[in-house]
Amino acid sequence: MGVIQFENVGKIFGSRASGFEALKDINLEIRDKEFVAIVGPSGCGKTTCLRMVAGFEDATDGTVSVDGTPIKRPGPDRAVVFQQFALFPWKSVYDNIDLGLRNLNVGSAERSKRIAAILELMNLTHYAKHFPHQLSGGMQQRVAIARAYVLDPDVLLMDEPFGALDAQTRVVMQEELVRLARKNPRTVLFITHAVEEAVYLADRVAIMTRAPGRIKEVLDVASIRNAEDWDSHEKIEDVMDLESFVHLRTHIWRSLREEKAAQHA
Amino acid sequence: MNRQISLLQSIGLGFLGLACFLGFWQGMSMSGLVSNIFLPSPFEVYERFTALIDRRFAGATLPGHLGASFMRFAYGFLLAAAIGIPLGLLMGWYQLLDEIVSPLFDALRFVAPIAWVPFAALWFGTGIGGPIMIIFAGAFPPCVINAYRGAKFVDPRLIEAANMLGTPSRRVIMEVLLPSSVPSIISGLRVSAGLGWQSLVGAELIVASAGVGYMMVQGQANVQTHTVMAGMVAIGLVGLALDTALRGVERVIQKRRGLEN
Repeated sequence: MGVIQFENVGKIFGSRASGFEALKDINLEIRDKEFVAIVGPSGCGKTTCLRMVAGFEDATDGTVSVDGTPIKRPGPDRAVVFQQFALFPWKSVYDNIDLGLRNLNVGSAERSKRIAAILELMNLTHYAKHFPHQLSGGMQQRVAIARAYVLDPDVLLMDEPFGALDAQTRVVMQEELVRLARKNPRTVLFITHAVEEAVYLADRVAIMTRAPGRIKEVLDVASIRNAEDWDSHEKIEDVMDLESFVHLRTHIWRSLREEKAAQHA
Repeated sequence: MNRQISLLQSIGLGFLGLACFLGFWQGMSMSGLVSNIFLPSPFEVYERFTALIDRRFAGATLPGHLGASFMRFAYGFLLAAAIGIPLGLLMGWYQLLDEIVSPLFDALRFVAPIAWVPFAALWFGTGIGGPIMIIFAGAFPPCVINAYRGAKFVDPRLIEAANMLGTPSRRVIMEVLLPSSVPSIISGLRVSAGLGWQSLVGAELIVASAGVGYMMVQGQANVQTHTVMAGMVAIGLVGLALDTALRGVERVIQKRRGLEN
């Protein structure tokens, strides 16, 4: 199971009187095995939403819960993939992936079996003994995804995971993530400011506004994807070329732009 | 423009500096402006240095004195590292401990190690304990400060990563804080070794009954200024060797982390 629930969630950094109101009245339910992307301008609080599910931040108002249990602290049931990878530079690829399993007291035979499987799945088999600094950004992020996936978490939290990668690597990673998510579905909360990425990857896209951050609109991408059979196209550029894709993308752009215009008015 | 200086050039320039210094020194002592006792010539010092390698003075040969000094140094230095590194890490991790210890530590570290000599002798004697306490006083602060800085400046994302991977918070110290601080700790140990070595020889001038410092005091008492100078040379050479060795360790660790510059 892995149902994420935001109920009337508000977040104020600093004191209630003079602090910065980052989030207000966030209501969102992410179903089990659903892939939801939050898009929004920088500073709209989308990362804060993710950090509250991860247990890195507390909600000032309302509750954030997973499977009905309010979140108190970070844990391996909610694995996080960070924008800047956050791999341990002194640990090899293998040991980076191993730490979470050791914390769960998984036996050593079982650990090596699971690590071998995830390395294989992420095309990292030959890099098990490498250190993070010896790998490209894309490879490092694969290790970070492997480190999260190997724990078999209920919930996968991805905070602009491809934001630090170059455009080509980014596309490859997006395709791989789709492959991974279809093969081994998880509840995913994916934060991004790239509209195409959100539409390509997610079942639903939540559009956020800024200061204070609120959810403006939630779009059901999955029904369109299934109706138009996006998955029959293997390459991301083919999907992005489809009329239904373009239509959705444009809708989100407009929605984000209206937001900016409203602020300037 | 920043021209790159090759290793060979760098070594050459180092020798040039040394040659100028020795030339000036030799010139001064040959000119007759200063007496030989006042300033022994480099050549005399060299002769004395080589003679002391197998001739006893003040109870031991120069290597014997150096060995005695180095043993004390090793004890004091290791003690400082063994206490200072964990203390620094914990201060960087637990705010409360930081608040309690920092003011005291920041005041005490300005007391020069030599100032502890009377109490070191009183509390721990002039044999092994007193000198160890003095080298400890010299070597301790850099160990604490660099471990503290390492712990304070650990990437918060790495702590979060360890937390979300389910690492119990006490084990985060060993899994993240310590390894992340290693480069900073090693730099601290380098400074620490230098200061410790300096303080030790200073301490031996006053306490102890063997060691390079002791040998120098005996040289002074016998108006053998070339013996004193030979001691100074030995101290410098051992210090240089220590620093070079630790710098090598530092470089290896940085390379493993991909932090080369």
